[in-house]
Amino acid sequence: MSSVAEIVIEVIAEKMGVPKEDVKPEAHLVNDLNVDSLDQADIVMELEEKFDMSVSEEEAAKIRTVGDIIKYIEQHKS
Amino acid sequence: MKRRRVAITGVGVACPLGAEKSEFLAALAQGRSGVAPIRSFPAEDLEVRIAAEISGFPPEGFFNAKELRRMDRFTLLAAYCAEKAVADSRLDLDALDPVRAAVMMGTGIGGLEEIISQHDALLQKGPGRVSPLTVPRAMSGAAASLVSMRLGLHGPAFSVSSACTSGANAILSAAWQVRHGMSDVVLAGGTEATLNRLTLSGFINMKALSRRNDNPSGACRPFDQDRDGFVMGEGAGVIVLEEMDRAKARGAEIYAEVLGGAMTSDAFNVCLPDPDGRWAARAMRDAMADAEVATERISYINAHGTGTKAGDEIEAKAIRDVFGDHASGIPVSSTKSMLGHLLGASGAVEIVACLLSMRNNLIHRTLNLENPDPACLGLDFVAEGTREAGLDCVLKNSFGFGGHNVALVLGRV
Repeated sequence: MSSVAEIVIEVIAEKMGVPKEDVKPEAHLVNDLNVDSLDQADIVMELEEKFDMSVSEEEAAKIRTVGDIIKYIEQHKS
Repeated sequence: MKRRRVAITGVGVACPLGAEKSEFLAALAQGRSGVAPIRSFPAEDLEVRIAAEISGFPPEGFFNAKELRRMDRFTLLAAYCAEKAVADSRLDLDALDPVRAAVMMGTGIGGLEEIISQHDALLQKGPGRVSPLTVPRAMSGAAASLVSMRLGLHGPAFSVSSACTSGANAILSAAWQVRHGMSDVVLAGGTEATLNRLTLSGFINMKALSRRNDNPSGACRPFDQDRDGFVMGEGAGVIVLEEMDRAKARGAEIYAEVLGGAMTSDAFNVCLPDPDGRWAARAMRDAMADAEVATERISYINAHGTGTKAGDEIEAKAIRDVFGDHASGIPVSSTKSMLGHLLGASGAVEIVACLLSMRNNLIHRTLNLENPDPACLGLDFVAEGTREAGLDCVLKNSFGFGGHNVALVLGRV
């Protein structure tokens, strides 16, 4: 089974149409990957479904980097 | 202000007969049908299992992943055609004052595919799983706004919705926008992508569609006595309208001039046309008056010609009423006989057919017209095959559910 990081990177790469190599844990969603608020909502929803969890709006608002998403899911997934 | 002349300098098309203007022209000249058994969704249990679909759209690599995710199919079609039209016109967008460039995009329905799929998500997975992109993908103004975004145009950008006249409505509105000095360039056209089980079932139950499942290419039979309805299709057509002096000054190749047009409403019934075709006739008359073109100067009429019992008969009557003694001498053909009915895109794609016909000196046939309906007699429907002909002035008719009538006169430059 893929690790959380692999799945997160795959979803972001697919949604944003960028190579997986560009989706590094330290990559900033807005500055490096051109993710806008709609993209982020879409990405979070897909990950919620994949990991069967829900991310509150306050938590989602704290996300800045790819690594933030990975860390959050690793800590909270069921 | 002096009335400005309006040139058409570029076309883009994606339809069941091709996603390049050269393919579309070849299909029209050959008299090839774009109707086939439905492939894009299961239709075995439906009473109608044929349609005019576009295969292989969007072409690989034309849109990036983010664009594909952000746009419903009707918007992708419009964006593709707009870009093709700009390339065809050789217009340098950077040389334009961007606020003087507008986008007017007709669509009868808008992003219904998106509404259906997100409604499925709502019912099956719950409200938390409805995509945040639902509204921007579904809204009917999306096609116009995405075109303005992709091309960096800052003038008005809006959708025009008047059922099956949407595309023609948008193009005529665009022509007037240029004529009256409000814009110098307008990208205008129509787009529709609503081939799905929901819309098809609605039209089936309305008894509007041909049921010739065993003979797809023979299903759409405008003006034929055995016609039994229209054939649903999908696609888009976009043209570049440009102020004439500007187009000439930059050495643009001009397809035609929009000489004039008119719009009327039957104010009668939401599906059926006015039984006497009075307001359709009035649109044709007023279009020629607006264009300052006498009936004798019309060298070809591109009919609305859907293949429905009532529609064709009433259109034929309206043409006879308007043209009187000249009626029998003017070639009239229906692009839908090959193309199917692209609903809100139909008028725009058929205007592209007229422009390609004018540039290439041909009149395409009305396919499948084997036994002319006695109620449609007195007109020359170009049943036998493609004709060579120099076209001076062309009249385009477009009618729609809701009683919308649009007529437009194109002239050779």
